[in-house]
Formats: sequence, structure tokens, C-alpha cells
Amino acid sequence: MNNLIILPIIIPFIIGAVLIIFAKHHRLQRVVSGFTAVGMLILSIYLAIVVYQDGVIVLEAGNWAAPFGIVLVADMFATLMVLLTSLLSAACLFFAFKTITPKREKFFFYPFYFFLLVGVNGAFLTGDIFNLFVFFEVMLLSSYALIVNGGTKYQLRESFKYVIINVFASALFVVAVAWLYSVTGTLNMAHISERVAELEQTGVVNVIAIMFFIVFASKGALFPLYFWLPKSYFGPPAAIAALFGGLLTKVGIYAIIRVFTLIFYHEPTYTHKAVIVTIAGFTMLFGVLGAVSQFDFKRILSYHIISQVGYMVMGLGIFTPLAVAGAIYYIVHHMIVKTALFLFAGAAERVTGTTDLKKMGGLLKTHPVLSWMFFISAISLAGIPPFSGFFSKFPIILAGFQEEQYIISGVALLVGLLTLFSMMKIFSYAFWGKQKHTDEQAKLPIGKLLLPIAPLVALTIILGIAAEPIFQYSLQVAEQIMDPSIYIESVLKE
Amino acid sequence: MEILMSIIIGIIFTVSVYLFLSRSIIRVVLGTLLLSHGVHLLLITMSELQRGAPPLLNLGAESYTDPLPQALVLTAIVIAFGVTSLLLVMVYRTYKEHETDDLEELRGSADE
Repeated sequence: MNNLIILPIIIPFIIGAVLIIFAKHHRLQRVVSGFTAVGMLILSIYLAIVVYQDGVIVLEAGNWAAPFGIVLVADMFATLMVLLTSLLSAACLFFAFKTITPKREKFFFYPFYFFLLVGVNGAFLTGDIFNLFVFFEVMLLSSYALIVNGGTKYQLRESFKYVIINVFASALFVVAVAWLYSVTGTLNMAHISERVAELEQTGVVNVIAIMFFIVFASKGALFPLYFWLPKSYFGPPAAIAALFGGLLTKVGIYAIIRVFTLIFYHEPTYTHKAVIVTIAGFTMLFGVLGAVSQFDFKRILSYHIISQVGYMVMGLGIFTPLAVAGAIYYIVHHMIVKTALFLFAGAAERVTGTTDLKKMGGLLKTHPVLSWMFFISAISLAGIPPFSGFFSKFPIILAGFQEEQYIISGVALLVGLLTLFSMMKIFSYAFWGKQKHTDEQAKLPIGKLLLPIAPLVALTIILGIAAEPIFQYSLQVAEQIMDPSIYIESVLKE
Repeated sequence: MEILMSIIIGIIFTVSVYLFLSRSIIRVVLGTLLLSHGVHLLLITMSELQRGAPPLLNLGAESYTDPLPQALVLTAIVIAFGVTSLLLVMVYRTYKEHETDDLEELRGSADE
């Protein structure tokens, strides 16, 4: 029964390994990977339901008791993230079937795709800090291979920078783990949390906390460590850019939230309310300013990732149950909508052959379904009431005012406005106006491309309409992660 | 002993950061190599360099050195090795495609 929680890690691992053997048979690869993606989705929904009903599930690898062996821990937050991962990866995979060229496909696209999922799911489910590092590396190595897949000049140039930044951040991660090990003498996250609580947050613990924050901030693209993101996400094909945009930075955010609710929660006035909130404010502001200044479909979306990561971290920084619940709701909303928007960028690129907004126009006339679906996602991202973006920003900003963090709440409201501005810029340039693509291009059937995106758009509407039950769920998740004793007791079994 | 090690690791970090900031692409890769060396030494140092037998049970010694950081370093070495080999191949491909190893020339044009 407990072995259930290793399945999201082991299934993509086995499938990825098997797919290496059939690397050149791309039809077989598609069938196998398609069925696996759907199976993973069903499995992760089941896992989320089981954890919701029965509480935290812990798997001790090799039957070694908690602080000595590696544990996998599935609490509500982790299973929620695994569920979202399966959802996004399935959508991007089905989009990739239609868009990715056979040349790219044959160079081990699907094996790396599944190894990426191994890393991401492992990072969500692990309960060991060094194991988290290893799963980060699994994820990053596959992402290096995917981001450079195709080997165009642009990709090679920008992927090099992406790899260098991540190698540097990973080295800092090991440094942080080494310091934490020398202070606490353990690697199990629940056990570290206990030991840190005994230390009563002395100066060295604050230093280690900020070190972890720097590491995860550079993975999650927070100010001032976001500079690599917009350029490197521009290179790869739309399906991969969408998967990265939806997933990879959120693994960093997940790690920040996990570490700062489970281990370093003893001095929130310094770590949360000063450092994290300030960084979140700058992240939101600079990200959205970058988006406003750009004139390219994909680049605007890339800068929006940065500004929205800021909202999640702001929710953590305010550190009340309401704010953390808002942050979790925001992660759900953002992952779905961001992936959908990147896939729309890919579909629009398929039609017009460019992502430069000045060379696009008039998609509304020739492809109305694409346009209106994009419009729904765009205003959902900006936070217009009937859709999910509003209900996820509202609790964060409300909590900000309740905690008298007026500046950050003001920044969040302003950023919402600028987000709306830049999304409307895309809409008015690419979709409205005169038709700039040829009539031949206008006749391109893209119905099949829209099929994998449609569930994501439907979900953002559902998340908006069914805001009450989903907010209640986020609130339960937030209460669970803000009470570390639940996690510690289920791991260490005292 | 830990103080000596810390100073040496500090020097390694300094050199690697200097290499990271240089113009030649291969010097940056050398920087990542040195950085990983520094990190691995730090991991060993931070678990206190106490005197003891190597962690082999058949030695029957009074005390052993801490086996955990050694396992961690072994893992980290393999990962760093994999990443470095990938990075070197990427650098080679970049050099072939762009015909330059100067990072200033790999910046991309202003309108991109």
C-alpha cells in the first residue's frame, strides 16, 4: 500500500529506459508514451484522493527506519504537485505529437521527457535533503538535453548559459547541504526540522536558510537570479517551452515552500516577512516590466513566469494560513494557465510562422477558436473575476492587507494591471487588426493542436467557478504544511 | 585541520568564480570543474575531519571516520562528471556552429 507513492517515480523511469531501445521507431514511441501519460494522470489522481482521505503516506526505502534511510513522503501538497505535473506533461506530450519534427523526435525526445518527469516527481515526493539534490540533478540533466534538442545556433548559445547557471546553483546546493549537515548531523528533512528547532534559530541557521533560498531562487527564477530564463525558454520548440514554463520553475518554488515551512520557520519576521517578501516584490515588478517592454509572443510569456513566481513567494512570505493557501491556489492556477498560454504561442507560431508581434495580426478572423481560447487564458492570467486568476490572487493580496504589508500588496495590484496590459498587447497585435499572414496559412487546420490545450482552458474556467471547494482544499493543504509536526510525526513515528 | 581545509576551499572557490567570469568558453567549463572540486572537499570537511579508520568493518578499529559524507561525495562526483561531459560536448558543438569561443561574441544581436 505504501509502495503506491513510489509509482510516480518508477513508472516514468522504466518507460523512459524502455523507450531508449526503440528510439528510432517514433510511432511506437508515441503510442507507449501517450498511454503512459494518461496512466500517470489516473494514478496521480488516485494518489491525491488516497492521501486526502487517509493522511500523509510515508515510504521507508528498504525498510530502514526514518532518520537512517531515505524516505518518500506524500502529503497533500506533494500529491497536488504530482497531479499537476501529470496533467501538464500529458497536455504537452500530446501537443508535441502534433508539432515536434521527426528529426528531433528520433534523438531520444521521449526518453528524456520521461526522465524529466522522474526528476520532478522525485523532487516533490522525497523526504531527504540530499535525495532532493539528486532528483534536482535528474530533472536538470534531462532538461539540458531537452532544451538543446535540435541544436540550432540560438539553442546552443542560450542553453550553454542555462547549463552554467544551473551548475553553479547546484554547487551552492551541495554547499548548503554540507553546512546543514555539519550543524544538524542529519539529512532527513523531518529530523533536520527537529534538530533545527532545538537550535532555536541561531545565526548560522539563518545563514543556511538564506543559502537555500538563493539556491532555489536561482532554479525558480526569482529576482535577481531570473536573467537566464527569458532567453533560454525562447529557443526550444513550443511543447518543451510550455512544459518548462509550467513545471521547472515551480519545482524551485515547491522546494522554497517546503524548506521554509518545514525547517526554517522559527524566525519568520526575518526570513519570511523581510527577505522573502522583499524579493517577491522585486520579482513581480521586474518580471512584469520585462514583459511590458517586449514585442515577442514567447518572450512576454517568459517574463510573466517571473512575475507570477513572485506572487507565490509573496504568499509564502506573508506566512499566514490564508496567504499560503493563496500561494498554493496560485501555483495550481499558474501551472495550468501558463502551459496553456505557451501552447497557444506554439499554435499561433504554427499558423503565422513567427512569434514577433509586429509581424502577426488578424488571427481572430481566420482562427476564431484559437483566439477566444487564448483570450480566456489571457484574462485569467491577469486575474479577471470569473476565472481562476482572480480567486488565486485575491487571498494573497487580502492576507497582505490583513498583515499590514501595504507596499507589497500595492505592488501586487499594480503588477496585475501591467499583466493585463501586456496580455492585451499580445491580443491586439497578434489576434486583432489586419491579417498579416497569407491566405494559405489562414487555411491551415489547427483543430488537432487545440485538442490538448482545451482541457487546460476548461480547467481554468472550472477552477474559477468552483473556487470555493478548491480554496477549501488549498486551505487544508496550507494548514497541513504550516504545521510541521504533522510531517515530522508521520515520518519519525513518535 | 578544518581551518586549513576551509582556507584552501576558499581559494578554490575564488579561482573558480574568477574563471566563471572570463571570456573564453572553455575557461568557464574549467571553472565549473574547480567549483565541483571545492564543493566536494567542503562536503568532506564539514563532517569534521576526525581521526579514525576508513569505514571498513573488518578493520575492527576503535573509531571510524563518518561514512555518510563519503557516500554523498561519491554521488556528487558522478553527477558532476556527467554534467561536465555534457557541457564539454555542448561547448564543442557551440564552437563548431558559431566558430567562436568568445562569450562576448555569443551574446546575440540586439533585436533578439
